Amino acid sequence: MSRLHVDWTACAGRGLCHELLPEVLGSDPWGYPVPRDGSREPEVPEGLRQHANTAVALCPRLAIRLIS
Amino acid sequence: MKTLVARVLTAPRAEVPWQGGPGRLIALAQEAGLTGRGGAGFPAWRKLTEVATAHRPVVVANAAEGEPASSKDAELLARNPHLVLDGLQLAAEAVGAAKCHLYASRISAGHARHALDQRKDRWPVTIVEAPDLFVAGEESAVLSAVDGKRALPRDKPKLPVHQGFLVQNVETLAHLALIARHGPSWFRREGTRDEPGTFLATLSGAVANPGVHEAPFGIPLNELLQPAEPIQAVLVGGYHGRWVPWTSEPVSRPGAGVFVALAESVCGLDFSAQVLTYLAGQSARQCGPCLNGLPRIATLLTAVARRRATAGTVTDLNTLAGFVIGRGACRHPDGSARFLHSTLTTFDHEIAAHLRGTCRSRR
Repeated sequence: MSRLHVDWTACAGRGLCHELLPEVLGSDPWGYPVPRDGSREPEVPEGLRQHANTAVALCPRLAIRLIS
Repeated sequence: MKTLVARVLTAPRAEVPWQGGPGRLIALAQEAGLTGRGGAGFPAWRKLTEVATAHRPVVVANAAEGEPASSKDAELLARNPHLVLDGLQLAAEAVGAAKCHLYASRISAGHARHALDQRKDRWPVTIVEAPDLFVAGEESAVLSAVDGKRALPRDKPKLPVHQGFLVQNVETLAHLALIARHGPSWFRREGTRDEPGTFLATLSGAVANPGVHEAPFGIPLNELLQPAEPIQAVLVGGYHGRWVPWTSEPVSRPGAGVFVALAESVCGLDFSAQVLTYLAGQSARQCGPCLNGLPRIATLLTAVARRRATAGTVTDLNTLAGFVIGRGACRHPDGSARFLHSTLTTFDHEIAAHLRGTCRSRR
C-alpha cells in the first residue's frame, strides 16, 4: 500500500489532485487538499494507483508524491 | 519560595566524563529515562540510538527558544554554558559525530562563544545564530539555518533523525552531561518513576516568583508557582500548550517548562485571542492551511472575546481547527489548534457568558 505525501511548502491549492483523486482527497475552504482519512499521509488503495500517479505527474507545483 | 532543586543551573565545571567510545552514554540515558526538554518530551536515548547508526552524523545543540514565554535555554547558557558544551561533546562521542553545531539567539551565542574560548574540545563547535521567530527552533528550520539557509521549516518526507541529524535541546544536553558524571540512579533521585529528574521552568503572569527555576517532575503546581493574586488557570507548555486549572495536582508533561499564570481578574478568552493572534503572525507563510487558517481562527476567537460572536462562531472555530491539523511542513498549525481546543474547553463557561454579552473582566 502506498501513501500520498504533500509538500505543503510547495502546494498552492491549484486543486488538480482533489479533482483527480476525489476518493482520497477533499478540499478545504481555500482549495488545498484535505486527506479524507484524516491522516497526514493518506493511503492510496491499489485500484486508485494509476489515478494517483496521474495526480502526482500533473500537479503544477510538484507538491505531491507517492511513498511506500 | 520553597527551595527547589538545582542541578543543571548550578553544577560546577568539571572534566568532561568521556565514556571511552560511541554508544556507552546511550545506555545510561535509557536507564536514566532522560526525555527531550525542547517540548516534545521524546526519549533522548531513542534519538541517540537512531543517529548513531548513520554515516557521519551531525549534532546540533538547539537553544533557539522561539517561545516568547520561555527563557530557560537563555538562562542556562548564561549561567552554565560549560555544562551544555560538555553535553554536546558527550552526545558527539555517543553517536560518533562528524560535526557539532550550537544554534542560539545572538545573546546566548555570545555566552557560548565566551565559554568555547576557555575550552579545548575534541569536536570543534560551530555557532549559528538563530533569528527571533517562533518557528526558528523547529528541527528542520534549525537544520536549514545550520546549512546556511533561512531558518524556516522544510518539507520532510523523512525525519532528520533518520538522516543522521541529531537536534537536541541544550537543557537535554546539560542533563546528559550530569548523567555521564553521576550516573542514572543519581538522576532518578529527583522526579517520579515515569518522569525522572528535574526540568527548567519559566514562570510568568500572576506569580510572585517569575523567572527560571529548576524543579523535580511531579512537583505540585501550587508549589512551583507562588500566586501574586488569585489564579484561575495556568498555561502549561507555552503557546502550543494547554490550560490547566489552578490545583495542587503534580506537574506532568510540562513540555518546554513554560508556565503562564492567568489571574482570576483577567479574561481567559481575551488572553487566548492575543496568543492566537501572535501565533497567526508567526506562521512562516509557506503552507496554505496555516497561512489562511490561523489568521481566521485568531479573528473569530477575538470576536468571541469581544462579545461580538454567535454560537455559530464556536462551531466555525472547531471546523477551522480541523482544517489546519496535520497540514503543514511543521507542527505550528497543530500546536496552535491544540491551544485553541484547550481554550474552548477550559473557558466554555466564559464563552457562554460572552455569547450572552458579559465578561468577568468588565463586571
